[in-house]
Amino acid sequence: MSRMHRNGPIALLFHTLVVGFVLAPLVVICLVAFTPANTLTLPTTQVSLRWFAAVFEHPDFVASFLNSLWVAAIAATIAVVLAVAAGLALDRYDFRGRAALNALFLSPLMIPHLVLGVALLRLFALLGATGSLVWLTAGHIVVVAPYVLRLVLAALSGLDRSAEQAAVTLGASSWIVFRRITVPMILPGITGGWLLAFINSFDELTMSIFITSPATVTLPVRMYMYATESIDPMMAAVSALMIAVTAAAMLLLDRIFGLDKILVGQG
Amino acid sequence: MGFLTLDGLTKRYGEAAAVSDVSLGVAKGEFISLLGPSGCGKTTTLQMIAGLVEPSAGRITLDGRDITHEKPDRRGLGIVFQSYALFPHMTVAQNVSFGLEMRKVPRAERDTRVKQALALVQLAALADRYPRQLSGGQRQRVAVARALVIDPPVLLLDEPLSNLDAKLREEMQFELRGIQRRVGTTTIMVTHDQSEALSMSDRVVVMEQGRIMQVDAPYRLYESPATPFISTFVGKMNRLPGVWRQGGIEAGGRLLPCDGAGLAEGAAAVLAIRPEKIGLTAPGGGVIDGCIKARFFLGSAWFFTVETSAGLVGVSLPNAGAEPACEGEAVGLAWSSASAKAGRPEGVLSA
Amino acid sequence: MSSARAGTTPWLLAAPGALLFTALVLVPLVLTFVLSFHVYDTASGVKDETTLAHYATILTDSYFLNIFWRTLRLAALTTMLCATIGAPEAYILSRMGEPWRSIFLLAIIGPLLVSVVVRAFGWSMLLGPTGLVNEVFRALGLGTVKILYTETAIVIALVHVMLPFMVIPVWTSLQKLDPMVEAAAWTLGASRFTALRRVVLPQVTTGLLSGSLVVFGLSASAFAIPALLGGRRLKMAATLVYDEYMHELNWPLGAAIAILVLVINLVIMLAYQRVVEARARRTLG
Ligand SMILES: Nc1ncnc2c1ncn2[C@@H]1O[C@H](COP(=O)(O)OP(=O)(O)O)[C@@H](O)[C@H]1O
Ligand SMILES: [Mg+2]
Repeated sequence: MSRMHRNGPIALLFHTLVVGFVLAPLVVICLVAFTPANTLTLPTTQVSLRWFAAVFEHPDFVASFLNSLWVAAIAATIAVVLAVAAGLALDRYDFRGRAALNALFLSPLMIPHLVLGVALLRLFALLGATGSLVWLTAGHIVVVAPYVLRLVLAALSGLDRSAEQAAVTLGASSWIVFRRITVPMILPGITGGWLLAFINSFDELTMSIFITSPATVTLPVRMYMYATESIDPMMAAVSALMIAVTAAAMLLLDRIFGLDKILVGQG
Repeated sequence: MGFLTLDGLTKRYGEAAAVSDVSLGVAKGEFISLLGPSGCGKTTTLQMIAGLVEPSAGRITLDGRDITHEKPDRRGLGIVFQSYALFPHMTVAQNVSFGLEMRKVPRAERDTRVKQALALVQLAALADRYPRQLSGGQRQRVAVARALVIDPPVLLLDEPLSNLDAKLREEMQFELRGIQRRVGTTTIMVTHDQSEALSMSDRVVVMEQGRIMQVDAPYRLYESPATPFISTFVGKMNRLPGVWRQGGIEAGGRLLPCDGAGLAEGAAAVLAIRPEKIGLTAPGGGVIDGCIKARFFLGSAWFFTVETSAGLVGVSLPNAGAEPACEGEAVGLAWSSASAKAGRPEGVLSA
Repeated sequence: MSSARAGTTPWLLAAPGALLFTALVLVPLVLTFVLSFHVYDTASGVKDETTLAHYATILTDSYFLNIFWRTLRLAALTTMLCATIGAPEAYILSRMGEPWRSIFLLAIIGPLLVSVVVRAFGWSMLLGPTGLVNEVFRALGLGTVKILYTETAIVIALVHVMLPFMVIPVWTSLQKLDPMVEAAAWTLGASRFTALRRVVLPQVTTGLLSGSLVVFGLSASAFAIPALLGGRRLKMAATLVYDEYMHELNWPLGAAIAILVLVINLVIMLAYQRVVEARARRTLG
């Protein structure tokens, strides 16, 4: 960048304030989580891990964490399988109903999670499936699959088809072409999509709050319930743990795909 | 009947025909070029041979076997794509080995054959690199090795050199031809570069708008282009319009000597002559006089544009080591009547 | 080039997903739509008779109208604040050199991936009576200010949550902008401000617009922020639906509100697509 393109002092001050604003709540959480006190105060003289320990001794939080982990991992995995298959259909073929199918697959991005939540609640109530982790996971698949589909479609459209043709002329069957050429070539899209799906499912609150039952409460729902009842530093400790998990996934995403590409370059 | 024959091969996309009625016999071990401007249907023809595009009509036979509707993965032809289409997630050796794996060649034999193929294209040292770590020319050679390692009956090359820079392209022309000679594989190469086609092939197939216009050895193609289009597409050609008189064409107030079998006295005609068949003399010493408008130095040759009363004439002279006539100088143009041919203005330019 | 030999293959590939999405998106939406016309009775619950009463109630009762008005107002305010903060920030980011640009872009849009409950909780700590903000106020001699459980708290947190959705599209359109275009304006005698206004701004309008619509839509249907920072009394559309479903147990009424939220959202999304397409046509054609 040339000198002319540098930001001036006012711009930098503005930028500092914005970054401060964005990071402030996260930083405060991470600090308060280490407080030795019983109230939400910043640790001033010493730090303590007692609230982290409390989280792991709290059976509800542990159970919810495991629920979330299970739901997010399964939902992300199934979403990837569905999205790769659907992505191939949408990218490779011209068929009637293609546009409608595309709209159907991306529709959860346009429907507020609140609406999806009450809609699924109605369905599950009619099916008698409200307490089921399987149906909860199915709901999550629907919410996260569009993210994967977008990345898979981007990867497929950027793929050099002649590599697949080359494999065919070298004697590979379509299944082998898919497994040995197509999948490895769109692997960044698949991995990025899985991680993005995992994070989104792991964080999802608004839809889940309608369709979880006491046995299937996920971590964000548990945290929401906890936060509306009592506020003690344990909440900060759980939040800090979630920030840590998210940050780890984020760094991984950044390595694999470039986070800015995943979040910004949506097509 | 050749080793590989195309019989009335046609490909239509909707109404438009990308390839119409292409018939061709290719002898075993022959190197054939499909030459033509962009969009004339070369790639489509090649892909029909490869089985990647389904022909609308026509037949393809290989060694007497009809392969028109055989799946591409069963034809066993070697193909080098314009983009090379290397597998980016595999090393050079893995790329080359892929076709052998598909053929279930045992491990040990596979390794030897991969080594041989890489040695053939002089890439033995780079076997463990990934495609992105290679230069354009090296990638190109990996693609050739990958296509040749399976011992294909026919090697298909789609503009194999077009992604290389000029210098490398020239080197690879000779190298590719050398490899083909050594291995003896029947080869069909698609190109839009006439010099590439002329220098590498046993025979050149010129295509225009999906049709074959001429099939000939490079030298004959150059000397006897079948159509005005070919005469200007393959090499340079001066075309001077005039009127046929006994022994030559009258143009610009001069009688320009040339061959003109079958033309009627007084008929409109065009004189065609290649720039390198014209010599420069002192004014009045040739068949027509002119003035040098522009002069270009091409290294091995000089190229002049000479303004004459019959029109602009391009002249090419070998570089003899001394500086020739300059721009603005008056000169005479000389040629033997055997090296210039007269033809009808539109239609076929005979010989 | 997409292979034209369609046949049944694409349908086989898309079928599992299509079935799941039909079963878990389309069918439930239709069920909810139908539910919103059912009669509800406190004693016996949902009845089989149909009625338009829920929609009538929502559109006439001042309790609901107030909440809808607040929802629209706060969403609009959030959108405006996001635009005035997010657009300049995206511009500043785009003018930074590496590696700062990537680092700060990550810092600004990364929190998008942190659960909204966590972020809401962070703000409730900052804005509470004993929070950092009030400590600063007290240190400045301003006394304690009630922020938590006010509309201010909701808007602050909404802006925080929605900012990435504004920065991303503006950033994207700035990326497409040739950086030399602005320099070209300077060489033609434009001041920095004129260059910004006449050359840069028109090119990022699409980004700004799409960001605004997304932010508005998401803010208007936000749940966690008003629930955690608005307290029991300051309701927005989403928390209202939650109450109807979970506390009042009047599902048909809740369904009617949810349908309205959905309709508003879809209208915004469609308007957005229209605008983007129209702009694309104008700039291309
Ligand atoms: N899949 C396709 N669908 C429609 N038209 C095509 C397709 N492939 C090629 N064509 C048309 O067929 C003609 C020949 O194309 P091609 O064989 O690629 O030409 P070349 O390789 O000689 O440049 C072109 O006019 C091209 O537009
Ligand atoms: Mg081509």
